[in-house]
Amino acid sequence: MSFLRIKAMARKEWIQIRRDHLSLAMAFALPAMLLVIYAYAITFDVDNILTVIYDQDKSSTSRDLIARFAESKYFSIVASIDSYGEIDRYLDSGRAKVAITIPSDFSKDLRTGRPAAIEIAIDGSESNTATIAQGYIAGIAEAFNRRESGVSVSPVIDLRNRVWYNPELKSRNFLIPGLIAIIMSVIISLLISLAVSREWDRGTMEQLISTPVKPVEIVIGKLVPYFVVGFADTVMSVLIATLLLRVPLRGGVLFLLLVSAIFLFGGLCFGLLISIGARNQLTASQIAMLTSFLPSFLLSGFVFTISNMPAVLQGVTYLVPARYFVSVLIGVFLKAIGFNVLFTEVIFLSLYGSAVFLLAVKKLQKRIE
Amino acid sequence: MFERIWYLAVKEFIETFRLRRRVFFIFVAPVIQLFMFGYVATMDVNNVSTAWLDYDKSTESRELARRLEASGYFTIVARPASSKEIAPLVDGGKVLLAIEVNRDFSKDIKKGRPAQLQVIVDGTDSNTALIAMNYVSQIAARYSTDLGAPIKATAVPADFRLRVWYNPDLRSRNYFLPGVIALIVMLTCLMLTSMAVVRERETGTMEQLMVTPIRPLELMLGKTMTPALVGFVDMLMVTIAGVLWFHVPIKGALPFLFLATGVYLLSVLGIGLFLSTLSKTQQQAMMASFFFFQPAILLSGFATPVESMPRIFQYITYVSPLRYFLVIVRGIFLKGVGFDVLWPQVLSLFILGMLIFLFSALRFKKRLE
Repeated sequence: MSFLRIKAMARKEWIQIRRDHLSLAMAFALPAMLLVIYAYAITFDVDNILTVIYDQDKSSTSRDLIARFAESKYFSIVASIDSYGEIDRYLDSGRAKVAITIPSDFSKDLRTGRPAAIEIAIDGSESNTATIAQGYIAGIAEAFNRRESGVSVSPVIDLRNRVWYNPELKSRNFLIPGLIAIIMSVIISLLISLAVSREWDRGTMEQLISTPVKPVEIVIGKLVPYFVVGFADTVMSVLIATLLLRVPLRGGVLFLLLVSAIFLFGGLCFGLLISIGARNQLTASQIAMLTSFLPSFLLSGFVFTISNMPAVLQGVTYLVPARYFVSVLIGVFLKAIGFNVLFTEVIFLSLYGSAVFLLAVKKLQKRIE
Repeated sequence: MFERIWYLAVKEFIETFRLRRRVFFIFVAPVIQLFMFGYVATMDVNNVSTAWLDYDKSTESRELARRLEASGYFTIVARPASSKEIAPLVDGGKVLLAIEVNRDFSKDIKKGRPAQLQVIVDGTDSNTALIAMNYVSQIAARYSTDLGAPIKATAVPADFRLRVWYNPDLRSRNYFLPGVIALIVMLTCLMLTSMAVVRERETGTMEQLMVTPIRPLELMLGKTMTPALVGFVDMLMVTIAGVLWFHVPIKGALPFLFLATGVYLLSVLGIGLFLSTLSKTQQQAMMASFFFFQPAILLSGFATPVESMPRIFQYITYVSPLRYFLVIVRGIFLKGVGFDVLWPQVLSLFILGMLIFLFSALRFKKRLE
C-alpha cells in the first residue's frame, strides 16, 4: 500500500465531487431540510384534538365541563351542535375527531346523586391520537368528578410518575437524533454509490487499472473525500439539532463524533460495495436507495419501536447498522450515556465497518481481474 | 390521434416490461414495502419491557404485578433487588418502565392510607411513554376500586362513556395500511413516468420520436399510460393484501376507490412529467423523484395528523395531492363513506391534478420545442 497513490486517488475523487454541484447541494441541503421539516411538522404530541359538543343540558354544570375541555390545550372545540346526525357528519368527514354529548338531565342527575352519563365518541381511525385522547379525557373526567363529589378522597394507590430523559415528553427530542442516523445512511450510500459505477459507465476504470494503483488503494482513495463530506454533514446536522432545534445534547460530543465516524465508515464501505457490484450508475443508485432507506427508516427503531415487531423482523434489525447508531445517538443526546453502556453498539458498528471494507476490496479485486 | 397514442403506449408498455429489473421494481418492491409497513409500522404499545422492584412482597403487590402482565401491555423482564439496579436497566434500554413497590405497600392499603407506587418511565420515545403511563394508571385505578376502598363509598358522580368509532380495537395497522396505497402508487408512478421520458432523451431516441408526426400532448399521454396502469395494479395489490392478509376492513365501495385513485394519478403523473423536464439522466430523474417524495410524504398526514403541525406547514399540505388522497382512502377503508361525504377532497384533488398536469404539459411542450 502506498500513501502517495492513495493521496493522488483521493485528490482526483475530491475534484470530481467538487465539480458535481448537484450532488454536493443534495448532500447539505437535504439533511437541513429534512431536519427542519421533521422538527416542525412531524410530531407525535397530540394536542388541538378537534372536538364538537352536543350540549342538551345547557346548564352551568355542563358549561363548566365544556370549559374544562376548552381550556385544556389538548382539545379545541370547533363547533356546538344540536343533533346526533351532525355528530355523524362531523366524524365521517373528519372535521372533528371527538364528539361529546351531554344528555339533557345531566345536571339534574348530578344534583340528585344519580350517575350522570356523558357520551363521548372518538374517531379511532387515527389509533395513536385516539389512544392518547382517551388518556386526556380520563384525566379531565377524574378532575371533574373530584370537584363534583366534593370530598377529596385520596386514592388507594398513589401513583408517582417520574419521566426520565425527556420529562416534557416532546417527540421532537426523540425523532431528531434518530433522524440524523437515517439521513446519514441514505445520503452517504447514495453519494458514494456513484463513485465506482461512474468509472465503469465512462470506461475510465480501464485507465485506472492500467496505472499501478492497487484495489485497496482505490477503495481507500475513494473513501477519504466522501468521508470528509459525510463527516461535515454529521457535524452540520448535530449543530442544527442542538442550536436551531434546541434538542438537548447531554452526553459526550467527542464520543458522539467518534461513533459517527465509525458508522460513516461502514455506510461508505457498503455504498462502495454496491457501486463496485453494479453495472451502471442507475442500478447503483437504485440499489443504494432500496437497501439504505427502507431498512434504516423502518427497522432501526427510529419511529417504530423494535420490541413491537414480529420476532422474525426483530431478528433482522440486528443486521441493520442504523439500529445501533440510533441507539447511540439517542443515548448520547438524551440519556447522557457513553461507552460503558453502549459498548456492544460500538463494537458491532466497528466489526460491520471492517467486514464491509474487506468485502469491497475483495469484490473490486475480482471485478478488475 | 388516438391511433398514435395507442401505438406509443404499446411501445412504452413493451419497453417497460422488457427489463427484469424493472418488473421487480414495479411489482416486487411494493410487496416488500407493504409487508414491511404492515408488520413494522405500528404505534400500538404492548409488551412494554418492565422492571418490577418489590420491597413489599405481599399478596397485594403480587396481584398488581399479575394484573400488569395479564393486561398484555407489560412484560416484566427484570426483577431487580434494589433501586440502585434500576438506573443501569433503564440507561441500557433493557426496560422502558420500572415500578417500585414500597415496603409498606400492603400495610398502607390495609390501614386505608394511600399506598405509594413509584413509576419510572424512559421518556425518550415520548409516544410510548405517554401511552404506557396511561395504562399503568388505568390498571392501578381499577385495582384501587377492586380493593373496595373509600372511593367505592362515594359513587362516581359522572360516568364518562367512551365509544371508539371506525376502528374500535384501535389497531394502528388499520390506519397505516390504507395510507401505504398512496405511498406506493406515488413512489412507483413518479419514478416510472419521469424515467420513461428521460430514457428517450438519454438514449437519443427522443429525436427519432420527434420526427414522427406525434404531437407533444400525444407523447405525454402515451408516456403516462403504462405508469397509470401500474398505479392501478399496485393499488389493487395493496388493497387485496391488506384485506386478506392483514385483515384491514374495507367498508366503502371499491369502484369509488378506483375513481379516487384515477383522480390521484392525475397529480402524480403530472408531477412525474414535471420532474422529467428537470432531469438530464435517468439517474437524476430517480433522485429527483425520491427527494420530492420525502417531504411530500412528511407533509401529508401519512404518519402524523395534519392538525398537530404548525400553521405554516398546515398551509403547505393544501398543495399536496397526498393530503386529499389519504383522507379519501382512509374514509373508504375505515369509515365506509363515499362521494357524498368525500366530495370536497375529490374535487380539490381533481382541480389540483388538472393544474399540475397543465403546468407540466406546458413545460414539457416547451422543452420539446
